[in-house]
Amino acid sequence: MSELTLTLLRLGLLALLWVFIFSVVGVLRTDIYGTAVTRRGKRKAAKEAQKQDRQRGPARTPVPAAAGAGAAAGAAGAAVASRPGRKARGKGVPTTLVVTEGPLAGTSLPLRSGGILVGRNPECALVLDDDYASGRHCRIYPDPSGRDGWAVEDLGSTNGTFIGRDRLTGSRPVEVGTTLRIGKTVLELRG
Amino acid sequence: MTTTVEPLTPRTRRGSELLLLLFAIAIVLLAWVTTDLNRNGTVPTNIVPVAGGFTVLVLAVHLVLRWKAAYADPVLLPITTVLNGLGLVMIHRLDLARGKLGSDGDAYRQLIWTTLAVVLAVTVLIALRDHRLLRRYTFVSMAAAFVLLLLPLVPGLGRSINGSQIWISIGPLNFQPGEFAKIALAIFFAGYLVQTRDVLSLAGKKILGFTFPRGRDLGPIVVAWALCVVVLVFQNDLGTSLLYFGLFVAMLYVATERVSWIIIGLLLFAAAVVFALTAFAHFHERVDLWLDPFSQQSLDRSNQLANGLWGMASGGLTGTGLGAGRPYLTPFAESDFIFPSLGEELGLFGSVAILVLYLVFCERGVRTALGARDGFGKLLAIGLAFSVAFQLFIVIGGVTRVIPLTGLTTPFMSLGGSSLLANWVIMALLLRISDQARRPMPEIPVGVAADDPSPAEVTQVVRLS
Repeated sequence: MSELTLTLLRLGLLALLWVFIFSVVGVLRTDIYGTAVTRRGKRKAAKEAQKQDRQRGPARTPVPAAAGAGAAAGAAGAAVASRPGRKARGKGVPTTLVVTEGPLAGTSLPLRSGGILVGRNPECALVLDDDYASGRHCRIYPDPSGRDGWAVEDLGSTNGTFIGRDRLTGSRPVEVGTTLRIGKTVLELRG
Repeated sequence: MTTTVEPLTPRTRRGSELLLLLFAIAIVLLAWVTTDLNRNGTVPTNIVPVAGGFTVLVLAVHLVLRWKAAYADPVLLPITTVLNGLGLVMIHRLDLARGKLGSDGDAYRQLIWTTLAVVLAVTVLIALRDHRLLRRYTFVSMAAAFVLLLLPLVPGLGRSINGSQIWISIGPLNFQPGEFAKIALAIFFAGYLVQTRDVLSLAGKKILGFTFPRGRDLGPIVVAWALCVVVLVFQNDLGTSLLYFGLFVAMLYVATERVSWIIIGLLLFAAAVVFALTAFAHFHERVDLWLDPFSQQSLDRSNQLANGLWGMASGGLTGTGLGAGRPYLTPFAESDFIFPSLGEELGLFGSVAILVLYLVFCERGVRTALGARDGFGKLLAIGLAFSVAFQLFIVIGGVTRVIPLTGLTTPFMSLGGSSLLANWVIMALLLRISDQARRPMPEIPVGVAADDPSPAEVTQVVRLS
């Protein structure tokens, strides 16, 4: 076997090893899972949007709320994608759940047709870091009566889910602007 | 600051895994052919059956993953294949140099161990549907780990090889039970810490900016430390005891987020090492060899470390080529010193590539821990990944003179059945946890409401821990 062939084999093996490493890294680069937390690029705009939201309070009219949510979600793809759906459904139907008070304030997540579970259990869609919340605290899911909308239901939590000052028993339909209180956390439904 | 949280569902990526796996097999085959061309000038005659068998073996794992853990991490198996394969090639290469051929060779034995290890990994993947089942065996694992650790000290069963009493022999088989104790300990620590971490992380006094734990919470770390000192003193094995103690301290730190545990751990370990240095001549010798391996006095005692270093130096950037170097001059070139052997023949480019493969392996373990949805899975994944990383640090740091040399196996590469079996089981467990971590969240069935008269109420199945 000629010296040249052996040298080529030796260098070829090293090259292959590194090509292998780069293909592994290439696979990893596209292997994204878990939860994506999208922070807004323009911090200032976010603060302003939040301030506006706070001034409006829970009893906002749906139209500016939509503008506020749109601005707040900014570059987030989900909010952009959900815009046409909201128009088709009408103004009172919420599309996102936003945490307005508590340790997770500022977090929002889109409502999913499979329903979203809120609680401290790591398998919940919204995992609360709140000592007064139960493992599986409450659930927001498409309105069971068949209407176009969403309903919230308490899952037998220890400290209860409150809408305003009423403790939730059973399930109840929700609309844009409804605020839910769980322990120290306040959630709001937005269009 | 506004943030949005969205769950992301990954693709299973089993197709990418298959491609990477074929690539991995190609690398191993090329390495083997290069070795034989360099040594004998011919392509190995048994290449078709052996390579075919190896391919069938790893493809079987791939198929089991498709069947039982479709969302498991796609790169762990290909990386393991390359590492195990390169280890086999190097062992075969040393066999050739020593004239051990066919079924006499170490490579033959290692190939059989690889087969057994793959079978064991597949068994774990099939039998263990959910890693959370292991949490039930927290204290069983603790007992198992203690027994495994102390087994080599049982008279008649334990054997001392090269000054370390970490072996047991049953008939013709020599076994290092400590390798399996590592897994049992990781399971025990994960199960134990997930229960007690609140106490360990919240209570305590603040001194110099660090929150130190209360006296009574120090119990477990003291027990772990005492056990490691027993291993250190009676089994004469610094590497193993460092590995176990490091594993415990790292998991404690991850569970509690408190730096004080690392400080306490380091202080306790330093005390043990100082004690060992003054009390045992064996350790003193190791440290002398580490500090000055090239002095005449050290060379008279052991030229192992110096030979390994010279070997890597003679490899240079691109190495001498597999089969063209002289790694067989180093004692234990096929086990403790397999990394310098590969470093000599693959050069700096090759040895860094191997280290990067290990790095990606451990990174995937840590990523799995981050993605896991239950605390036990998180701790177990981080413990297993850390044990592989730390073992590598101890052995490769030893042969490259970063720390004193203590004999530990290089995961997946070194000659030795127990290490191979244990590391494949670690990989299977990581695959199992990563399958859980990457799998899309179970959708909550509509109709869980208590007053909901729909038939869905009867069939509600909410799979939550």
